[in-house]
Amino acid sequence: MNPLASCLMVSALLFSVGLGGALTRRSSILVLVGIELMLNAANLNFIAFWRYGPHPEALTGILFVIFAIAIAAAEAAVGLALILAIYRHSKTTDVNRLDAMKG
Amino acid sequence: MTTPFVILAVVAIGGAVAAMTMRKLVHCALALAVCFVGLAGLYLDLSAQFVGLVQILVYVGAVVILIVFAILLTRNDELPAQTGRTRFAGVGVSAVVFAVLAWAVTAGGAKMGAAGTPPEAAIKDIGGALMQRFVLPLEVVGLLLTAALIGAVVIAMEEKQSTR
Repeated sequence: MNPLASCLMVSALLFSVGLGGALTRRSSILVLVGIELMLNAANLNFIAFWRYGPHPEALTGILFVIFAIAIAAAEAAVGLALILAIYRHSKTTDVNRLDAMKG
Repeated sequence: MTTPFVILAVVAIGGAVAAMTMRKLVHCALALAVCFVGLAGLYLDLSAQFVGLVQILVYVGAVVILIVFAILLTRNDELPAQTGRTRFAGVGVSAVVFAVLAWAVTAGGAKMGAAGTPPEAAIKDIGGALMQRFVLPLEVVGLLLTAALIGAVVIAMEEKQSTR
């Protein structure tokens, strides 16, 4: 397996682990952690394609990852604030019990 | 595939699996920190030094601490994983997603990716690109971070009892 393919395989594995965790854990904090893992898998893909791509001097992959990290940090801050607000309202972080909007 | 790459990949994926399977929430947060350190090492191995250091600063330094604070501020009542059909469906969906991604990588990614000389990404070049070609996205990200800061404070602020 060449270096790019092995990087992409690591990233795919990381994405699947994050997705599986986000779908199977009951704590909403851990659902957020799973989403962070999926974002990081995408960042690893960007860096791998920048490193082994034809035009690394353009720095596009690196800058995309920097912006993605900034946006992921903002997302984590707002998401955890939402979890705190929901916890204060309904005294739980269990996603199975947060079904007030269920149809 | 070099030896440092294999070690760092094992650290990153092992941390991720531990973060998603351990029972106690605090252990999950610490395993997440291990996973992010492994990823930062992978970025350094791929000769993206600046991104590796930013990864350590932002993720290990800020996001994991934020998650630990959220765990501290909510009651830590050790929720078990989903049971029965939900768990089976979640694991199945992620396995199918991994199978599709692995098929796409092995079928299409073989043409590129000769390990040439590692590209140079001096911090001076990154700063120049941020100030010239990418200055508009930079300003937008600054605005977004300000909005997220204010929004997070407003959402998480204790609601005052209405006295009058």
